[in-house]
Amino acid sequence: MSSAFTKSAARNIFYGGSVFFFLLLVGLTYDTMHTLPKHDNSANLTESVKRGKHIWETRNCIGCHTLLGEGAYFAPELGNVYIRRGPDFIKAWIKAQPTGAPGRRQMPNFNLSEEQLDDLVSFLKYASEINTSKWPPNIEG
Amino acid sequence: MKYQSQAVAKPYFIAAIGLFVGQIVFGLIMGLQYVVGDFLFPAIPFNVARMVHTNLLIVWLLFGFMGAAYYLIPEESERELYSPKLAMLMFWIFLIAGALTILGYLFVPYAKLAEMTGNDLLATMGREFLEQPLPTKVGIVIVALAMLFNLSMTVLRGRKTAINLVMLLGLWGLAIFFLFSFYNPANLVKDKFYWWWVVHLWVEGVWELIMGAMLAFVLIKVTGVDREVIEKWLYVIIAMALITGLIGMGHHYYWIGTPSYWQWWGSVFSALEPIPFFMMTLFAFNMVNRRRREHPNKAAVLWALGTGVMAFLGAGVWGFLHTLAPVNFYTHGSQITAAHGHMAFYGAYVMVVITMISYTMPLMRGRAANSKTAQVVEMWSFWLMTVAMVFITLFLTAAGVLQIWLQRIAAEPMGFMAAQDQVALFYWMREISGLVFFVGLVLYITSFFIKGKEAPAG
Repeated sequence: MSSAFTKSAARNIFYGGSVFFFLLLVGLTYDTMHTLPKHDNSANLTESVKRGKHIWETRNCIGCHTLLGEGAYFAPELGNVYIRRGPDFIKAWIKAQPTGAPGRRQMPNFNLSEEQLDDLVSFLKYASEINTSKWPPNIEG
Repeated sequence: MKYQSQAVAKPYFIAAIGLFVGQIVFGLIMGLQYVVGDFLFPAIPFNVARMVHTNLLIVWLLFGFMGAAYYLIPEESERELYSPKLAMLMFWIFLIAGALTILGYLFVPYAKLAEMTGNDLLATMGREFLEQPLPTKVGIVIVALAMLFNLSMTVLRGRKTAINLVMLLGLWGLAIFFLFSFYNPANLVKDKFYWWWVVHLWVEGVWELIMGAMLAFVLIKVTGVDREVIEKWLYVIIAMALITGLIGMGHHYYWIGTPSYWQWWGSVFSALEPIPFFMMTLFAFNMVNRRRREHPNKAAVLWALGTGVMAFLGAGVWGFLHTLAPVNFYTHGSQITAAHGHMAFYGAYVMVVITMISYTMPLMRGRAANSKTAQVVEMWSFWLMTVAMVFITLFLTAAGVLQIWLQRIAAEPMGFMAAQDQVALFYWMREISGLVFFVGLVLYITSFFIKGKEAPAG
């Protein structure tokens, strides 16, 4: 780099640029938080959904599955599983694990009670109703 | 080594390498589970192996960053570390907390672990990369704050250079943004939104400051190029990193229930994110070409050049590949993300930590550089690991493209598992590349034990 461009000029660009863009990020975040209720389905955030999220977290579901595309890529996307499979299938599937089919990927059995299964299903229903700008591209996730 | 207290870096680096081995072993287990689904089930289900794999990565890189900081900050500040005792105490706390956490993942059912560790009081667990129990998260904060106190006191009382200030700023940022891991609202969209304030603002934000400072430090040492020139490069690189990377966070806000304007902000700014990484490549090669001395540690120079190139490929090119919203619509949450993640972490953060280890370890062991033989073995390990990682990335990319086609684009889309079966060949090839990587890692460790005629301490 040419000597006309000094180290202190570079330093000032760093500090100025970082502060400016961090403030811009904070501004966009502020706006996002205000408009979020239009997209985030928070109107349907019931107690059951909250308990379901807690079950989702404490069974480390994200360690194999994706949810709205984030997580591990070992098992199917579950953001839209409520639409793809419906509540009864989801509960039956979870109860039937592991399949024990030789050589196939296995999901542990988490010994969830009927209430816990219902909570988990409400959480997945709530997740499926979040406005994700039409992602995923099709029902397969 | 100019100051006695710099030697606290040594146990940090040894722990880092030890945990690195664990990370790769679990990576190989997961890689096999991708094709032999019931391998080690139910002893080690995939989700547990993955948690161990990613958490070990994070912890060993943190050990590497901390070791690097304890080494370079005293040298840059031209004084002994404020408190080497505190640094050693934090080492043991972090190591024991880390080991207990991993053992907890392996031997206690996750729900039970959550219950035992106060997750019902403050639920923070069960989110990707932030799976650590509450006491571990608190431990990370304590260790980080004690380190920052120690390092800040050292810098305050000593010489202030661009390198030690940038390193310190990066580490402060790391600690501050980690605090978002304690915020876990029931609203899934908000949860995801602020989850990225840890994950993205670490790896595409403040960690780049840490990486830049480490690379600049080693380049000054091995090339003898004027500090003014190197520090100017450092500032320009990290300026570009934050200018592009802060708003670039928008590329994670396309499909998670956030307003659609993020598709524009995210696409435009994250498309520029390769720039700082490309500058790092230019930086490393330029400085080595303009070197004023022939440093006897050729291996360290190789790692420094390697991290420049691989960070650009992994983070820059493979990141750009799927960062534009219309492309990401199809690639989001596929093996493309896994491909990018592997090469980016290896190229940017693994390699820069190894660069630092490669340069400092011989000095801490009382010589300017290792023997020729030891360096040759280390350079073999460089090529094996790096080439293996290139292939892992290529195979995962191939798997990802096919997966997307079969599952998301084809006229009659396949279900997830049906598509996975179709791409199994690429998972097998990825696993073989992983084994080659492991051989490289074994060679790397071997290189520390090879004797021979060493360059005298400079």
